[in-house]
Amino acid sequence: MSLGKEIGRATRQFAGYSGVAWRGPSLTLLIAWRNLVHDRIRFGVTLVGIAFSTILVGIQLGMLLNFLQTTSTVVDRAGANIWVAAHGVPSVDLATPIDGRRRFQSVAVEGVAAAEPYLLHFGFWKRADGIRQIVILIGVEPGAEMGLPLTLPAGQSFREALSSPDGIIIDRLYAEKLGVTGLNQLVEINDRRARVVGFTDGIRTFTQSPYVFTSLRNARWLLGRSDDVITYVLIRVVAGQDPAAVIERLSARMPDVDVMTSREFASSSQKYWLLTTGAGISIICSSLLALFVGVVIVAQTLYASTMDRLPEYAVIRAMGGPRWYLYKIVIEQAVIGGVIGSAVGIAAVLVLVYLGRNMSSPPLVPAWLALGIGAVTVVMCVGASLVSISKITSIDPVKVFR
Amino acid sequence: MKRAVISASGVSHSFDTGPTPVTVLRDIDVEVYAGELLMLVGPSGSGKTTLLHILGRLLSPSSGVVTLYGKNTQALGEEELAALRLKYFGFIFQAYNLFPVLTATENVMVMLDLLGVSRQIARNRARELLKSVGLGHRLDAFPSQLSSGQRQRVAIARALAGDPKILMADEPTAALDAESGLRAIELLQILAHQQERAVVIVTHDPRILHFGDRVIHLEDGQIAERLAAPRDLSPQHAMGAL
Repeated sequence: MSLGKEIGRATRQFAGYSGVAWRGPSLTLLIAWRNLVHDRIRFGVTLVGIAFSTILVGIQLGMLLNFLQTTSTVVDRAGANIWVAAHGVPSVDLATPIDGRRRFQSVAVEGVAAAEPYLLHFGFWKRADGIRQIVILIGVEPGAEMGLPLTLPAGQSFREALSSPDGIIIDRLYAEKLGVTGLNQLVEINDRRARVVGFTDGIRTFTQSPYVFTSLRNARWLLGRSDDVITYVLIRVVAGQDPAAVIERLSARMPDVDVMTSREFASSSQKYWLLTTGAGISIICSSLLALFVGVVIVAQTLYASTMDRLPEYAVIRAMGGPRWYLYKIVIEQAVIGGVIGSAVGIAAVLVLVYLGRNMSSPPLVPAWLALGIGAVTVVMCVGASLVSISKITSIDPVKVFR
Repeated sequence: MKRAVISASGVSHSFDTGPTPVTVLRDIDVEVYAGELLMLVGPSGSGKTTLLHILGRLLSPSSGVVTLYGKNTQALGEEELAALRLKYFGFIFQAYNLFPVLTATENVMVMLDLLGVSRQIARNRARELLKSVGLGHRLDAFPSQLSSGQRQRVAIARALAGDPKILMADEPTAALDAESGLRAIELLQILAHQQERAVVIVTHDPRILHFGDRVIHLEDGQIAERLAAPRDLSPQHAMGAL
């Protein structure tokens, strides 16, 4: 067969093709992938940059999540529906005393199933070696249903532990910091004697002042407070009752105190530490900075790659390719880089989180946060491709003839 | 009477590269017909490449009218012109401009992908086209693994992938040795004469002028000469035209 006939057959078979069949994966994805791996060193640097950015963001957001959780941990774990506090208390850790009679006023309100006293205050813990540590002392009644840490190891009973006249419970995470080596060890709080009768697991504090649980009576004694002083009343509402309606009745009965749901109190505690102390703001700023670093790295790499490929992109325009075809290539490059880079970064974050699980303030990176960080990273990469896209928008197909 | 595929009438073009516009084409009238091989020749700066851009609808002239199958294309926007090029034109570039990261087959597939052809069908078509231009043994080679002549053939196969009615080639033999250049031009001649495609070639190469059915000689942005039977050109005359 002659050359002309051969070409004629090859082209005529195609002629009239309508292009309505299933297209399968587009060639743009292949071009995007090959563009990236064509320069392996540059691609490697890009992936390291994206992964590094993901790690920074992941650790910072993990710290932020840990920060948020620990600032409200005693509220979240108390099991109460409603908290009664002194007027204007900004955070659960910054408690102000209220009259112990508030408990009895509360329990008399319709819709209240139980009202229990709760005392929280800072105290000075003295280790055997004489070093002093600030702790947050929490006193609850031994028979309390609310306000107790939920993670007492099996085999121990809070009621038994707190029934002991000088008994206190600390968390294992802070045993070393507080110089505690085992049960029944005698310690000093505010120059008064106490005995370690139990350990909790995972009750962290963001202030680095460990929580110390004890009976209400013992807490008052250790703090040198009178018998009628408490700092909060914890309330459980009758099943089926609307907490908002109960809060309304409690507020009407006790207009000089704050009455709020657990969620509201937890939220105000988080907001206080997050927004007013600068700690949270600095974490948020660090996260944004990490994202920015990632954007710059990805944008620079994609831009360089796009500039390298401008002649080929101009060819596609000259051949009649629409602009969106070129945008697709660049965006797919960004997505590929983002997915691989963030996967590497997230894997590293999870390893770091695992290694730091026993720290006093370890970053918390649950699955939803890991996936969210991955999604944000990919979006960030796509955003970074906009610089390249703007370059492509102005591409002149005539250039390929020069 | 033959009907023009492309018709340029009263076409002038200026570039605004400095304080005063530079006029590169003045009042050009050209018609391109199906089944013919038209050569555009002239010294550097004569405006032949700009005329190719305008005929290929890559560039809109400053004034004048360009019609495609009798329809005025002046009012079309950038994306509409791109769609027009995709449908009617095939381009062969001097530097081939193949994607270095794609194999020969994949380079041809790009054109078919733009046309919305499914990947499997595109792969088969691309392979057939490459075989038809004598590259059946280099289907999976990257451009860097091909000779200049082979790259040129990949570029031709890519240009033919969409079965275009018009082929525009800019200095298609400039980067080829004498033998490869002649083979490439023979191939383009076959595409014009046997398949009724309109082929427009910009060239400096006197060796290939006699393949043309018509030669338009440009000088200073104007048509200096129209040669209707260049097959009869003597080498001296051909050199003179360039």
